[in-house]
Amino acid sequence: MSELAISVKDLTKNYGARVAVSHATFDVPYGTICGFVGPNGSGKTTTIRMLLGLVRTTGGTGEILGESITHPEKYLPKVGAMIEGPAFYPALSGKENLNVLAALGGFSKERVQPLLEKVGLGDRGNSKFKTYSLGMKQRLGIAAALLPNPKLLVLDEPTNGLDPAGIQEVRELIRDLATDGTTVFVSSHLLSEIEMISEYLVMLREGKVIFYGKTAELLAQQQPVIVAKSKRATDLKKLLKIAKNSGHSASIIAGAVHVISDSSFAAEFNELAFDAGITLSSLNAVLPTLEETFFEMTGE
Amino acid sequence: MWHVAFSELRKLRRPSLFLGTMGAVIFFSGLFSSLLFLLIDSPQGNGDRGRMIGREILALPTGGVRGFASVGSFLGIIALCVFAAQTAQEYTYGTLRNLLVRQPSRMKILIGKLAAMKIFAIIMVILAALVSISASILLAPRAKVNTDLWFSAAGKSAILETFVNVIISVIGFGIVGMILGLLFRSPISAISLGVLWLLIVENLLVAVKSNTEKWLPGSNLSAIAQGGTPTLEYKHALIVGAAYVIVGALVAAGLFKRRDVSN
Repeated sequence: MSELAISVKDLTKNYGARVAVSHATFDVPYGTICGFVGPNGSGKTTTIRMLLGLVRTTGGTGEILGESITHPEKYLPKVGAMIEGPAFYPALSGKENLNVLAALGGFSKERVQPLLEKVGLGDRGNSKFKTYSLGMKQRLGIAAALLPNPKLLVLDEPTNGLDPAGIQEVRELIRDLATDGTTVFVSSHLLSEIEMISEYLVMLREGKVIFYGKTAELLAQQQPVIVAKSKRATDLKKLLKIAKNSGHSASIIAGAVHVISDSSFAAEFNELAFDAGITLSSLNAVLPTLEETFFEMTGE
Repeated sequence: MWHVAFSELRKLRRPSLFLGTMGAVIFFSGLFSSLLFLLIDSPQGNGDRGRMIGREILALPTGGVRGFASVGSFLGIIALCVFAAQTAQEYTYGTLRNLLVRQPSRMKILIGKLAAMKIFAIIMVILAALVSISASILLAPRAKVNTDLWFSAAGKSAILETFVNVIISVIGFGIVGMILGLLFRSPISAISLGVLWLLIVENLLVAVKSNTEKWLPGSNLSAIAQGGTPTLEYKHALIVGAAYVIVGALVAAGLFKRRDVSN
C-alpha cells in the first residue's frame, strides 16, 4: 500500500480559456494533518472537487488512498468530506439529514447519535436544519464527513462561523482524528489555525502549487528577524542606521526596527546600540509566522 | 441503487411533503369523482371540458373508474411537481455534492431517486383509486346509476386496466418533471415551466390547431391514463408518450453524468 494518502501530478482544470488549476503536483502522507492554503480564487475548492470526483480533470493524474482519481467509487467509501460549507435539507432535522446520508452510504444508523454528540449537537439533533446557527450547521457538516469513519477527511473551511470555543473544539477534534490515524486535508483562511495543527502544507497561488511539504521546513526556510524597540522613539532612526551599517537589511515597522538576520546578530546589535547611547526596551529574534510567510509567498 | 432509493424515501416521507401531497390527492380525487355523479344532469356537463357523461355510460363496467381515469392527468401534474422539486433541490441546496461523495455513480443516483419517486407515485395512485372508486360507489345510487356491471369480471378488469394506465401516465409525467429538474436545476423554473406548458401552452396549441394534440407530450400522457380518448388512440398515446419520456430521459441523464458539480 502507498504511503501517501493523496498524491497528484500535473492536475489541471480549465473552464474554457480560464485555467482554474494548473499542473498541481503534491503529496500528502498518511496520518498527517495537511493544511491547504491559498488566496481566494487560487483553485483550492476546484482541486478538492477534482479529488472527490465532482469535477472532471482536464489533465494530470492522481491517487487517493492508493486508488486512481478516475475511479472515485473505489476510495470515496473511505473518505469523509465537507466542501464549501455544510449543505443539507432545511426541512429535515439534523439527525434525519445524517440518516439520509447514512442510508445512502450504507452506514449503520447507530453511528448518527454518537456523531451528533461528538460535534456538540447531541441535544439539537431533532431540530430542523433551517433553525440551526451557522456554527451548528458547520458542526453538522463535520459530523456528516465523519459518517464513514474515514481514513481521509477533507474539510473545506471547517471553522467558518464558529466562535473561538468552537474553533478550539474543531482543532482538538482534528488532532484526535489524526492521532487515530486519519489523514486530514483541511483548507482554511485562518492561517494561525493551520500553523497550529498542520504538519504538512500545500500552498496554492493562481492555480499553481507554490509549496508542498512540512510546515516546519517552510517556516525554517524563511529569514529570521530581529525586532528591536528603543526606549526613546527618537532613537529608532539611529538604530536603523546601525543595523544597515552592519550590512543587514532593516526597516522600521510599527514602532520597531526589523532586522533580517538570525539571532547571532542580536548580542552584537545590543552592544552597538549601547555604545551609541541607545537603551533598548526589547530585543527579540523571531521567525515569521505562517501568515507572514503566506503573504510574502503569495504576494497578497 | 437501493441505498439511494432508501435514502430518497427518507426525504419523500417528510410530513410537509407526504401529508400535503396525499391530502391534495384525496381532495381532488374525491372532487373529480363526486362531480361526475353530482352534475350528471347538469347542462354544463359533468366531464372534462364540459363533456356529458350519461347514466348509460356510467353504468358500463368502466363506469366505476371513470372518475379515477379522469383524475389521472391531475395526478400526473402533481407527480411532475414532486419529481421536479426532488431532483432540482439537490442543486439549489448544494446537497448533490454530498450525494455524489457518498455514491459516486451518477447513474445509480438517478435510478435510485427514480425508484423512490415511483414508489411515492404508486402510493399516490393507490390512494386516488381508493378515494375515487369509493366516492363513485357511494354516489352512484343517488345519481340513479346502475352499478351491477362495475362488480362483474369486466368491471374488475376495468379497474385493473385503469390502475395500470394511470400509473404509466403518472410516472411518465413524473419523469418529465425529473428531466426538467435536471435541465433547469431549479425547482421553481422546472415546475413553472412544466405546469405552464401542460396547462396553458398545450391547450392553446390544441385550440389553434386540433391535430397538434396527437403530438404533444401532455395530451398523450393524459390519454394513456384514460385508456385513450375519442381523439387519441391508446396505442398511439403510449408510443408518443414513451418516445418523449425516453428521449428526454436520455438527454437529461447524459447531461447529469457529464456535468461538473461546481455549486
